[in-house]
Amino acid sequence: MSAIEPPINEAAIDPASRLDPAPRSSGVWRNAWKRLRQDRVGMVSLVVVGIFVVAGIGSALGLVARHWADEIAVPYAPPSFLAATLGDGLKIESTAGTVLSIDSVDPLEPKKAEIDQLTIKNHQVEKPLVNTLPFGADRRGRDVIEKAIKGAQISIFVGLAAAIVATFIGTVFGGLAGYFGGVANDILEWVYNVFTAIPGILLIFCFAAVLGPGIGSVVTILGLTGWTGVYRLVRAEYIKHRSREYVLAATAIGAGNLSRMFVHILPNISHIVLVQLSLYVVLFIKSEVILSFLGLGVPVDSVSWGTMLNEAQSELILGKWWQLAAATSFMAVFVTAFSLLTDALRDALDPKLR
Amino acid sequence: MSTPKPDTTSPLLDISHLRVSFRVGKSEVVEAVRDISIAVAENETVALVGESGSGKSVTAMSVLRLLPGNALIGDGSSIRFGGTDVLALSRDALREMRGKDIGVVFQDPMSSLNPVFTIGSQIAESLQLHLGMTRKQSFARTEELLAEVGIPEPKARVNAYPHELSGGQQQRVMIAIAIACEPRLLIADEPTTALDVTVQQQILDLLAGLKERHRMSMLFISHDLGVVGSIAERVVVMRHGQIREDGPTARIFGDPHDAYTRALIACRPSLDTRPRRLPVIADFMSDSPEAAAVRAAQLRERKVRPVDEKPILVVSHLKKQYRLKTGLFSRKLIDAVTDASFSLSRGRTLGVVGESGSGKTTVGMMLMRLTEATAGEIVFDGRDFLALDAKALMDYRKRIQIVFQNPYASLNPRFTVGQILVEPMRVHGLLANDAARLAHANELIERVGLPASAIHKYPHEFSGGQRQRIAIARCLTLKPEVLICDESVSALDVSVQAQVLNLLLDLQEEFDMAYVFISHDLAVVKYMADEIMVMNKGEVVEVADADTIYRSPQNPYTKRLLGSIPRGYVAA
Repeated sequence: MSAIEPPINEAAIDPASRLDPAPRSSGVWRNAWKRLRQDRVGMVSLVVVGIFVVAGIGSALGLVARHWADEIAVPYAPPSFLAATLGDGLKIESTAGTVLSIDSVDPLEPKKAEIDQLTIKNHQVEKPLVNTLPFGADRRGRDVIEKAIKGAQISIFVGLAAAIVATFIGTVFGGLAGYFGGVANDILEWVYNVFTAIPGILLIFCFAAVLGPGIGSVVTILGLTGWTGVYRLVRAEYIKHRSREYVLAATAIGAGNLSRMFVHILPNISHIVLVQLSLYVVLFIKSEVILSFLGLGVPVDSVSWGTMLNEAQSELILGKWWQLAAATSFMAVFVTAFSLLTDALRDALDPKLR
Repeated sequence: MSTPKPDTTSPLLDISHLRVSFRVGKSEVVEAVRDISIAVAENETVALVGESGSGKSVTAMSVLRLLPGNALIGDGSSIRFGGTDVLALSRDALREMRGKDIGVVFQDPMSSLNPVFTIGSQIAESLQLHLGMTRKQSFARTEELLAEVGIPEPKARVNAYPHELSGGQQQRVMIAIAIACEPRLLIADEPTTALDVTVQQQILDLLAGLKERHRMSMLFISHDLGVVGSIAERVVVMRHGQIREDGPTARIFGDPHDAYTRALIACRPSLDTRPRRLPVIADFMSDSPEAAAVRAAQLRERKVRPVDEKPILVVSHLKKQYRLKTGLFSRKLIDAVTDASFSLSRGRTLGVVGESGSGKTTVGMMLMRLTEATAGEIVFDGRDFLALDAKALMDYRKRIQIVFQNPYASLNPRFTVGQILVEPMRVHGLLANDAARLAHANELIERVGLPASAIHKYPHEFSGGQRQRIAIARCLTLKPEVLICDESVSALDVSVQAQVLNLLLDLQEEFDMAYVFISHDLAVVKYMADEIMVMNKGEVVEVADADTIYRSPQNPYTKRLLGSIPRGYVAA
């Protein structure tokens, strides 16, 4: 889960504490981890999210689901556990192992020797296409599970990257507006109002039309349109914290504005940022699905949960529901686990300003 | 519950062998009250005194069964009210008892009153609920009650909302709710702690009068022995969930048997003498000859530093106005401080006293330039402090430092103590490197009386008094010449307060610092200050030598303020 660890963690660790190797008392982060470990739901969801992230990284490195694009089964091969019941109704035509019946009259008889020679020469070991796969195949005979794993890589990457971009923009803007107030606040409030005045999906379409499809565009679009929520939250927190006594105390010792903003206040509101970040991951995974479903998302040669759902709509008419099932169950499990993890994180990270 | 028959032989409230513990986490259990027995007779006032964590509030809340869900009442505990076993009562019977037979007044009237209902309806609610009065009857009675608790113009005030009343008036309304149904027992849980000292005396008088008139019994809970002395007939001193001493007020104050009680009485700075060092609990809890020697040494009067030719801080005609938005274009100017002038020499202490809203904190903030003054002049060591630009200000920042009121809020919870102490030195480029700074931080940690292991800990691992020591150490890193203490000991328990005050005095001698000691607590200011400035509603009403001001106050406000200090038990 290092990907959602916020950058502020670094800022909070002061060189002074690194100097001394003496045993330190458990820090805020370690305490949060301790609390998280006591939360059973949180730990289970952490494991589930961890498996997804490992699978995503594995597929990016080519360790798993490398052959997702291979057409290994017959088109629309049904899931194995349904082959018996669906077998007759579907009547799958297999090209493998069929023998041509040759009548007594064979026009090619004279050239048989030549053909045999060519056959031996051009022999290709063609892997026979299987009739069923554990969870079925799509229109081109690709394994839906491998597709879903490969799709997880892109969907989770898009979700995480866009969430980090949006949270970063929102945190910096929110910090500036909330901490300085006055003119900085007025200007940023105007920008915020412009962004929120336009219906979200239309704003996304505008950006998509300009940037064109592609994974990078999806991240940019979602990042640039999604920062408004975290901006408001962070701004409110900064307004609250800037007059707190510990910030006054920092002013009294002569700490500068940047130091007060990012070294003093930011670690104290990082739980808000972190929870918002993980909520965004869930939101943006869903947004990517919608964008891809509408054809504005990832390109056709790659796969995400969104493109799978897009393909699934035409398949569903034919009664081939397994691609839809694979994509939605992957998404549902990941999003649910991530949401539960977010809840657990919020409980674990809430600093006690005792 | 049927109203219990008056019983003259047994006490009205009889708590015996009460044990209360709290479940914390999965298996951990913390004991809050360990086997205590208290009896309150009819028409008697019993005061429950103790510092934070002594279990006094838990005891009181057990009587009403208002404990949080994780509380466990131990076997063998019994609470009998008028002969009824409270611990065995059903939910409905309990609800009937609360408010009708037992009334409660809580500490903070601002949060105890519902802000969206008029005070009249909040008093009438209790009357309608418990006595079955009609709306008309209940409002008529409400007016009488408001008059009885001393709210002016009760007829008009019935329809006022809580925010329209002052803190003292809100507490009067809370008392009116508590006595509305003529309860036989009134539980007052720190009823005057959140109030100004002049208001505190009025509320105490009111409670004593009501108790006489209605022939109630009262369980009065307080951390302050001084308050208790004037109102209680019997005092129960608690510590760590146990009763240390239980006896008539005169005996407790005149001849305390328990060492802890003696310590509590001695820890409060007295208005009459000014010893070099205040006694602390530890002095009394041990019987060693050293402790006795320390006690003897305390009786010496403190030497007062003479006024210098060249004061370090000269403030003249300091003024602060706030602009309040009252409409789209209209602004109203609010005077927070109208005209403050004083001067302060090295090694001396200026006490600033006043009630809430008097502008004393604003003066401190302006001295730090945490709030910019509207007008006036602050001359710090010969230079105009208010005219300094940002760069020059940095040099002066380290020469004047502040210790805030709330040690729970003034330390960054995400910093270790080491980081907290190293940061100011790094900001000002003091010492060569972080290793040297850390070494210096270690020295300071020991100087303020904390163990060396503290350096790697986070603020939440310390108690209030220890945190205030850390805050003081943070100021010391910059070797300030002027230290502003803004209510720095107000949030602390009496015994801890004494330790921190002693520390401040030691440091003043050692580093020759000048203190601006801001507080609402007149006894503490009298103990600390050489010179005192009394403020009221933004105005400085009197500045004089500490002894002079207490002996012969000139201004009527000062007189009133000094007159309302609780003087503990005064033998009749």
